[in-house]
Amino acid sequence: MSNQPIRLPEPQADRERRLHDIRREAELSGKVSVRGIRPQGAPFPKASPETGYYGIPLLKPPQWTHQIPLYFFVGGAAGAAAVVSAIGHYVGAERKLVRDARYIAAAGAVISPALLIADLGKPERFLGMMRVFKPQSPMSVGAWTLLGFGSAVSAATFAGLMRERYGPSFPLAILENAGEAAAIPLGLGLATYTGVLIGATAIPVWNQNVGDLPLHFAASGLSAAVGMLELMGHSKSRALQALGMGAALFEVWEGIRIEGRKHTHLDPLKHGTSGAITRVGGALSGPLPTALRLASLFAGRERASSLRRWAGASAVVGSLLTRIAWLRAGVASAQDWRMPLEVPPDAQSWPDKHPEFDSRSKAENT
Amino acid sequence: MSTTAFLTDSTLCIGCKACEVACKEWNHVGEDGLEWSGYSYDNTGAVGASTWRHVKFVEEPPTPGIGGNAGDQASWVFSSDVCKHCEVAGCLEACPTGAIVRTEFGGVFVQPDVCNGCAYCVVACPFGVVAKNREDGRAFKCTFCYDRQKVGLEPACAKACPTESIKFGEINQLRAEAQQRVQVLQDRGMDDATFYDPTHTSVQGTHAMFILRGDPRTYNLPPNPEVPTTYLRKGWTSAALAAGLLLGGTLLAFLTDGARDAQ
Repeated sequence: MSNQPIRLPEPQADRERRLHDIRREAELSGKVSVRGIRPQGAPFPKASPETGYYGIPLLKPPQWTHQIPLYFFVGGAAGAAAVVSAIGHYVGAERKLVRDARYIAAAGAVISPALLIADLGKPERFLGMMRVFKPQSPMSVGAWTLLGFGSAVSAATFAGLMRERYGPSFPLAILENAGEAAAIPLGLGLATYTGVLIGATAIPVWNQNVGDLPLHFAASGLSAAVGMLELMGHSKSRALQALGMGAALFEVWEGIRIEGRKHTHLDPLKHGTSGAITRVGGALSGPLPTALRLASLFAGRERASSLRRWAGASAVVGSLLTRIAWLRAGVASAQDWRMPLEVPPDAQSWPDKHPEFDSRSKAENT
Repeated sequence: MSTTAFLTDSTLCIGCKACEVACKEWNHVGEDGLEWSGYSYDNTGAVGASTWRHVKFVEEPPTPGIGGNAGDQASWVFSSDVCKHCEVAGCLEACPTGAIVRTEFGGVFVQPDVCNGCAYCVVACPFGVVAKNREDGRAFKCTFCYDRQKVGLEPACAKACPTESIKFGEINQLRAEAQQRVQVLQDRGMDDATFYDPTHTSVQGTHAMFILRGDPRTYNLPPNPEVPTTYLRKGWTSAALAAGLLLGGTLLAFLTDGARDAQ
């Protein structure tokens, strides 16, 4: 520490005199008519009901790593693929189609926990999910669903591989059928629960769309699964064409729902980076595959197959972008201080209104 | 054992941040926010993984002549923020591992040896309190000094508060005290004195209540905080509908498709 004395500002005679006058007026009449003194550093950053607490966000943004949107994509596709595989298995569809759908599900069942563990940081942390089952926590429901899904799909895949290599046998048939039977409800759960997971949170863009999200995510998962199968060479299956068309049409409808309504909570889906990703992801999930699939109906055999592979590729990329977009929208939504404080959407925080104070670092605390 | 609570009276707070320091010292919470945020004398801006008590500075331009304010000094209201320890807590409901529990004192406690760092509580908190420490990987927040309460001591922040702005005691007693205090303040002419305890929403009240001047939104306190579990019914209904459509659609698609393997 230096030994220099603290230097006080020079008294300013005219300001002091004016202050005296103002005080005197206040004393006599109880109020002041003249404009007040402008203190050093004024205007002060302001916290108020209209401007919030300096615009510092109330809510914490999601702290998930980029593995989580990737998991939503992989888990959604795997869940839908398992349903396709199981139904195809019981209906007696082409065996190669059933097998490839099962492989997608099995690959997803392996990749998904790996992604979740990468997000948690340490493998043993995933075991914490297995301590309890909490129906009121979508995260707990999802963890158990994923565990069950992995077991069911690997059982069916294992039995299928053994059957192909060593021929059919009674125990293998039981294992395969049981695996596929369990994979239906678990696959349906895996493809839809992530919508509830982010919907039942404090983040406005998520919880205000909680009724849409599971349907939206299920359609996204299905279109990704169908797209992957078409890319794997099943671009002539009429069943897949119907499923892909249904999912794409639902995504068109979801796009209209997002773009056609004016709600503040939808803003992160329309503006900024998250808005751009939402729109590109939406176009690749809905209108583009729909158009390509429609075109394929009127094209020749080989041309139709190629158009459907393009539709499938578009849907796969669209599904991935859609998951990334929703998570980024959640971050943007949490950083908007207006929603949870129920302040009008056009309200500006003090620092927003005074960009000359931008050098003041926005407090970040995580 | 009776349930306990904090009552933080912003009209008594002098902004000394002794509560922040006492909390960090007792709980061994790492240093953060030695830099000024630029918003009055606030350092950290909000509570988080490494800030369990946070003094908010609401600064206003001076009203010269009134109360003898000097012309070049701002007028202030300070309020020490903390985890609200909700009666129905979003973080507790969301936690998939059971790491977050309700203690016998009514507080909400994250067991650090159980937390697996899934960060779902972070998005489930309507007050933006609990956060994941990125280095450690687990979630942290105010423990309501569970260890101190266990041996009959009051929480470190309340103990350190030099003006008794942070009061600690039995919850119903504090609620009654708060009503009286607001009445006293209003009688003294502070017409804007209010009591913040959101019992009217799904949070059903908190174990950290506040006496404030003016609108709670000035202090980043939400007027209507909701526990995210209120969205579950709508979400699972939609999921059931989605599952039905997915199952029915797939069945229909394969049944109408003639392609079969000859068995």
